[in-house]
Amino acid sequence: MDLQQFLIIGAILFFIGLFGSFTKKNTIVVLMCIELMFNAVNLTAVAMSRYLVPYSSGNGASIVDSILTGQIFSIFIITIAAAEIAIGLAIVIVLVRNYKSVFISDAKELKH
Amino acid sequence: MENDTALIIDIVFWIIAVSTIVSAIAVVALKDVFRSALFLVVAFIGIAGMFLLLRAEFLAMVQILLYVGAIAVLILFAVVLTRDVEQGSPFNRYLIPVLVISGLILAGVIFVITNTNWNVNSTDLTSEQITAAFVETSVLGNIAELLMRKYVLAFEAVSVVLLGAVIGALALVRRR
Repeated sequence: MDLQQFLIIGAILFFIGLFGSFTKKNTIVVLMCIELMFNAVNLTAVAMSRYLVPYSSGNGASIVDSILTGQIFSIFIITIAAAEIAIGLAIVIVLVRNYKSVFISDAKELKH
Repeated sequence: MENDTALIIDIVFWIIAVSTIVSAIAVVALKDVFRSALFLVVAFIGIAGMFLLLRAEFLAMVQILLYVGAIAVLILFAVVLTRDVEQGSPFNRYLIPVLVISGLILAGVIFVITNTNWNVNSTDLTSEQITAAFVETSVLGNIAELLMRKYVLAFEAVSVVLLGAVIGALALVRRR
């Protein structure tokens, strides 16, 4: 169990999410894939700050504070993800109400 | 004895890793939206287990509460609300090109990860010292202090973003 394994798992999850968000037609599934990508980034941030401690005994910061940097980043990312999914699902509801369809390709008014 | 513990932790890591990735693939591959939402829950729980292995206990609990408790339920609500336009979740016509391109980029990223010298031992800290530092301080207190002192500006900004998201979602779904 070392840094590379966590990074590889994060990369695999990120690219599964990327692949899904480019190829699925259903808007809800695209949102789920975006959530997968957020999770992969969280995992990478936490693993990085766990294994690569940005610490030098001179600058007065404690060890734990340095390790927690990645976790704080993850907390902010989780908050943004919650906001994103709330807006995204509201857009899905409006889409279904107006087009009677959950497919992204059916909302094509802006297409030249 | 210590070797046994390390072996068990390795086995647990691989179980969690394989189940997370398999359920993430199931999210993308399944045709039924409801089932892929349920597999998304499994993937979220697997990520929470990874956080536990990385000594991020608070983050693991936040992951369970927020992702499994709130976001997954929200997604299931949306799936149920759109049930009357049941269309499944098919792929669009870019399946093969996107598969090839993202597979190539993934292979490149994994190559870079495995071939980089990550300098894990460049700091003057051993992993025992890190563990000792975690044991003797209250991690939750440190997180709270970091959020309220060093990152207080980002904290306030993110609360404004959340407020905007709530108002925006309400304004979007309101019938007029």
